[in-house]
Amino acid sequence: MGRYILRRLLIAIPTLIAISLVIYIILSLSPIDPLSAFGADPRVPPEIRENIRRSLGLDEPLHIRYVKWLTAMLRGDFGQSFLSHVPVMDLIAQRLPNTLAVVGVAYLVGVLIAIPIGMISAVKRYSLLDNVATTLAFMGFSTPTFFTGLLLIIIFSVNLRWLPFIYDSNLKITDLNSLGLQVKQSIMPIAVLGLFNAAVLTRYVRSEMLEHLPLDYVRTARSKGLVERTVIIGHVLRNSLIPVVTLIALGVPTVFGGAIVTEQIFRVPGIGELLVRSIGNGDIPVVAGVVFIFSVLVVLFNLVADVLYAVLDPRIKYA
Amino acid sequence: MTGSWRRALAVTAALALAVSACGQTTPPAAGTGGAPGSPAAAAFTRGQGGDLKILYWQAPTILNQHQATGTKDADAARLVLEPLASWDANGKPIANGLAAEIPTIENGGVAKDFTTVTWKLRSGVKWSDGTPFTADDVAFTYDYMKDPASAVSTGSYVSDVKSVVASNPTTVVVTYDKPQPFYYKFGVSGSSAILQKAQFAAFKGAGAKTAPGNIKPIGTGPYKVKEFKPGDTVLYEMNENFRDANKPFFKTVTFKGGGDAATAARAVFQTGDVDYAWNLQVEANILRPMSTASTAGELFTVYGASIERLLFNFADPSPALGENRAEPSTKHPFLTDPAVRRALAMATDRATMGKELYGDGLTGKATCNLITAPPDLVSKNTDGLDVCKYDLAAANAELDKAGWVKGADGIRAKGGVKLQVLYQTTVNALRQKEQDIVKKGWEAIGVKVELKSVDAAVFFTANAPDGANHFWADVEMYTNSGDPDPTALLESGWSTAEIASKANNWQKGNYARYSNPDFDKIVASLKTETDTKKRAELVIAANDHLIKNVVIVPLINRTFATSGRSKTLKGVNPTPWDSEMWNIADWSK
Repeated sequence: MGRYILRRLLIAIPTLIAISLVIYIILSLSPIDPLSAFGADPRVPPEIRENIRRSLGLDEPLHIRYVKWLTAMLRGDFGQSFLSHVPVMDLIAQRLPNTLAVVGVAYLVGVLIAIPIGMISAVKRYSLLDNVATTLAFMGFSTPTFFTGLLLIIIFSVNLRWLPFIYDSNLKITDLNSLGLQVKQSIMPIAVLGLFNAAVLTRYVRSEMLEHLPLDYVRTARSKGLVERTVIIGHVLRNSLIPVVTLIALGVPTVFGGAIVTEQIFRVPGIGELLVRSIGNGDIPVVAGVVFIFSVLVVLFNLVADVLYAVLDPRIKYA
Repeated sequence: MTGSWRRALAVTAALALAVSACGQTTPPAAGTGGAPGSPAAAAFTRGQGGDLKILYWQAPTILNQHQATGTKDADAARLVLEPLASWDANGKPIANGLAAEIPTIENGGVAKDFTTVTWKLRSGVKWSDGTPFTADDVAFTYDYMKDPASAVSTGSYVSDVKSVVASNPTTVVVTYDKPQPFYYKFGVSGSSAILQKAQFAAFKGAGAKTAPGNIKPIGTGPYKVKEFKPGDTVLYEMNENFRDANKPFFKTVTFKGGGDAATAARAVFQTGDVDYAWNLQVEANILRPMSTASTAGELFTVYGASIERLLFNFADPSPALGENRAEPSTKHPFLTDPAVRRALAMATDRATMGKELYGDGLTGKATCNLITAPPDLVSKNTDGLDVCKYDLAAANAELDKAGWVKGADGIRAKGGVKLQVLYQTTVNALRQKEQDIVKKGWEAIGVKVELKSVDAAVFFTANAPDGANHFWADVEMYTNSGDPDPTALLESGWSTAEIASKANNWQKGNYARYSNPDFDKIVASLKTETDTKKRAELVIAANDHLIKNVVIVPLINRTFATSGRSKTLKGVNPTPWDSEMWNIADWSK
């Protein structure tokens, strides 16, 4: 196992370098310009713009820019934003807590809803509960989050005035009152994302359970005289969760990537919002930094998922 | 797997949102406009109010006007960093900044030959850190801006300034290279925001981009930065050292960025979550009901010189020309024929556009002038012009007379040249509807129109083939505006010396490749004429030249500021020439 992990980690190095090359080249070839917000404004004449581009190093040939970026990155320096000139790592660090507080919690909520609901709707197949859960799950993952988000805003913020829809990232939780405010401001984005995640996962849990229920070992367990509860939770659920756990592990990087649409709608200053705004602004160092970190996480969690799979299922062995 | 599919979808949707959001371009911070004589005796005391909540759907990323990449940055910086004076709504300077008075020819502040301007500064002004503000800070700011290595975006305001010298602690002398009719160029408006020498001295030139002062500037303005998260929020608290003992009214200000214009409008009109929401460029039929039904907030707008216009290409953009595509040496096969341009202008229904898309004055109104402000520079000669009237019959007659005959396919042609135009603009719901209206009119007179829309971030870039500057199309549409003095706008836009071409890497402003000695002469006179009345005549002549010869087709005068404010917020007074935050010291509740 140790050898296997080491080999996978070594393979990851050329993979990541290749990814970095592709990211950087695609970004640099895109015609988006960090100065485009000036539009055709005659007060910022072309020679001024050219001078700013030069100061950002955009006049150098692509391969030189790439090598500079890569070597700096290997030393842990992701460069500075073209707009704020703040180190990219600082920007990410500033936004990670917001993303974790919203997207991370939503992921957790999704998992916690999906497992019991998926389990019950498999055991009580075609019951009223199963039908309701299945219908909701289908609605959940076929309704885009930008739609449900706006719907919630109109209902709970505009009509009922219960919840704010402008996320305050400066809120510090010091007492019960501020905790209440934090819950109030994050409940809508968490609900939107959590239900979406739950909808997807519920389907997996349900179908995995259904696959296992008619198997021989379940009949054996029952004929041993075990109570139904133990059969379902101790045997069927445990085995059904093996692929679900790997699925959850593979989904963890998306948490760090943030939720672009939801963050935008609720003005949560998270990583997804940073990424999409930086793309629009041609802020190459920020986009490259965020996407690269995201790729590292994807590679890493793929490995974690594979290792977990072997740990959970003794039949699987990596040489 | 599902995750990646979902992500891809999310990215696409978000890009669509972002694109629709950035279709509008607003000019960078200009000066300050202001209500004439507005600093009435404040009816409040300092810090009496609580928190002022401002919402911008574009988030500020830097708090230094000179390093700004958009209005949002310059506006957020304006609470802290002030210029010497601001522009009022009529394009006249007003002394609400660091200058004690406005220098004029009458008071001897401006030399008769227009080469030097002597600014008298307020005495006793302190920076927010308690140190005294002096003329040295002004001279330093000039040096900072002038240094090419500082790479400032406000460089055009010092490009023809020879020197800025502190002759004593409260006097600054600005000397221009040659007589400068626009002698308030340096000093008035946010583009001349004064930096503290002590804070920025070590960061002039190469270090300018990473100066800590860009994130936490020390200023003389009514507020100081408490905390700034680039791309998210700025928290300000009142500046205890502000020169007016009663101001500012609000103890703190929260400047939140992000999201989109439509929900920003909801926040000010429907939920009342914020006191001020900036640039609510939402379609008129959505904005009007929201603002009129609101009990919490109201919409306010101000007209300036933001003109949505059509530009004709005078060079030949045909791809068949290869390297010579749209080079100034080529000649457009039919747009160089005045009859065709006149016919196209007469077939353009700007009135319908103004009524249906801009709410008939809510966010814009139809216009046939390029220069629509300040009032004394506006031409009154274009109203009756035939090219300013929507008249399909006249347009058809014009083309018939010029020998452009409809073929079997309904498209007019002459000598094998067909009237087929490629018409480009940015991706933006409103603009695509404008394109539809124009296309409908033009097709009615036998001109085939192909529409194209390009992401705004690409359209206004330096090196994209789809860029407005390459102009590899026949017609294009966008908005821009300028300073109260339109010389730079006219010169860069249509003079022969400014033609964009491959040789200058398309780094010039005359995208239309228009060249006309009469127009060049007007611009040359504008650059030297010092008599105010004659200058106004020249500007009007330049405007009329472009309209009569149909070099451009102005469509809509768009509101410069289109913001929402809480009904209880007093003192907001936007101007078309400056940051909306120019007089925030006077705001109260």
